[in-house]
Amino acid sequence: MMKHGKNRFVFMFLAIPVFLYTLFVLLPYFGAMAMSLTRWTGVSTLDKVQFRGLQNFQRILTDEKFWNALSHNLIVLLVLPIITLSIALLFAGLFTQGLKGSKFFRIVFFFPQVMSVAVVAILWSFVFHPTMGILNGIIGAITGLFGVRWPAFPWLGNISTVLPSVILVAIWQAVGFYMVLFVAGMQSIPDEYYEAAKIDGANGWTQFWKITIPLLWETIRTAVVFLSIAAMDMFAYVTILTNGTGGPSRAGDVLSTYMYDQAFGGGNSSNPFGYGTAIGVVLLFIILGLSLVSLRLTKREVLEY
Amino acid sequence: MATQTVSSPLATPAPEKTASIGGTILKVATYVLLAVWAVIVIYPMLWSVIAGLKTDAEIFSNPWALPAVPMFDNFARAWTKAQIGAYIGNTFLVIIPGIFFTLLLSSMAAYVFARYEFGGKRLLTTMFLIGMMFPIFLALVPLYLVMKFIKDITGIQMLNTFHGLIIVYVAYSLSWTIFFMTAFFKTLPKEIAEAATIDGASHSQIFFQVMLPLAKAGLVSAGIFNFLGQWNQFILPTVLMSNANLEEGQTRYVVSQGLYYFQNQQRYQSDFSGLFAAVAIITIPTLLVYIIFHDRIEKGLTVGAVKG
Repeated sequence: MMKHGKNRFVFMFLAIPVFLYTLFVLLPYFGAMAMSLTRWTGVSTLDKVQFRGLQNFQRILTDEKFWNALSHNLIVLLVLPIITLSIALLFAGLFTQGLKGSKFFRIVFFFPQVMSVAVVAILWSFVFHPTMGILNGIIGAITGLFGVRWPAFPWLGNISTVLPSVILVAIWQAVGFYMVLFVAGMQSIPDEYYEAAKIDGANGWTQFWKITIPLLWETIRTAVVFLSIAAMDMFAYVTILTNGTGGPSRAGDVLSTYMYDQAFGGGNSSNPFGYGTAIGVVLLFIILGLSLVSLRLTKREVLEY
Repeated sequence: MATQTVSSPLATPAPEKTASIGGTILKVATYVLLAVWAVIVIYPMLWSVIAGLKTDAEIFSNPWALPAVPMFDNFARAWTKAQIGAYIGNTFLVIIPGIFFTLLLSSMAAYVFARYEFGGKRLLTTMFLIGMMFPIFLALVPLYLVMKFIKDITGIQMLNTFHGLIIVYVAYSLSWTIFFMTAFFKTLPKEIAEAATIDGASHSQIFFQVMLPLAKAGLVSAGIFNFLGQWNQFILPTVLMSNANLEEGQTRYVVSQGLYYFQNQQRYQSDFSGLFAAVAIITIPTLLVYIIFHDRIEKGLTVGAVKG
């Protein structure tokens, strides 16, 4: 009797989640792949759809704005993980040394992670503001000591500083999260390893490279994948910090904001949906490729302990 | 990191003395470093709260000065005229049912995945995995159209509505929550469910009366993770609720979207003190909740991320 009820039960419990997921997640994902091969001139009817094969992708190849955005993603991809992980590892290393007050610092450092990206981005748009911002305020106070007047520099309005500013904000928010992740990983490394190393005369630095990093490797890999995916997103940061413009001359534009501009922002009037989804498909392949590559590149023999 | 050598009981007395000078310098350097980052984290927030109490003129004249008279009016104006209060209310209207249904539906599916063998299980697992690997940007345009077509077919408005956003939030939270809860249900002892079966309890009775209460710790972690995820959600409301800013008092914007809208308004009607106050209004309660529950939040976020 129990056996008979089993299938009904399994069906009953899965029906709603599978239905919602199929309609609102899977259908759009696979629909996007089909749409990327089309030209849509209207939203209201399906009969305005024309099949265009790979034309949208061909257009991407010669679309300077696309490559501009992608190049910014690649810069973020290089800079964001390296700096975030270095700072996070440093702090996590310090916090597992039994420093007094490390609990307080940990709580403070993690807090930005809890704030919404929108709030963080608006907060930093104040910080970067040319006239009222504290960044110019601080630099001005320092240069003032030497009698130099610092101008009202527009950090988010300058071609060469807009992207670094956006990356800085992302790092500011992410460091605490990876720090806590690494602290948890470090605490599970048995003390005996360090004690044995100390007896052998290894200093803190050697211990860090020879014990901590190898035993933490799986966590670091996970972190690299997360940060790579984050580097391909950046939508909320860039949108809010540049007021939806992608920065001066689109110098802060990334793929996600460019896609939004093409599909919804009126940046492409001839074929917004077909071209927008084609950019999305390219983004998908980049992300899948990146996850594979970063897992492959960071692959080492896992140390059991 | 050599501070470890200093505190080490294993170090011999002689090197300890020489190390302690270097050790002290290192310790000071460490604290300076930690303090610098702490200031970088805290100062912008503190500054925005203080600026929220200034007049616009004071904000622009000197970023360091304290307000001559604290302008609590800025907060009132942000709350009512800039509708921050309404945005916060809307967000809760969306995410409370959003989290409830996410947890309910995910734990039902997760329980089945963790404890039952059935045909198509692998296919379904792969299906849900897609939702965690694919970028949400890929889905945006078709999702928008799905919402539109549901209206055309059934007459139920989905775009720019709370129920539409709730359903989409739940759908996009399922993948992660199902995988997290499946891992959690697998850690629970099998014997309890077996004992309940012998007592004649049905499958769903076992789930709701025995297993779900046992999964409380997992549900709390998943709940925190989803709370932050749905509270912070920016891209989905931007696309799906783009025309939801009806006349005053009628807005359906959620908080992240509303803040961005308010920031954009600065170009037409400058109210920086109000915007600072709005940021403070959202930051202060977040900070309080965080201070009280930081242990749980830290664990919920990091354990969740790794297991997921």
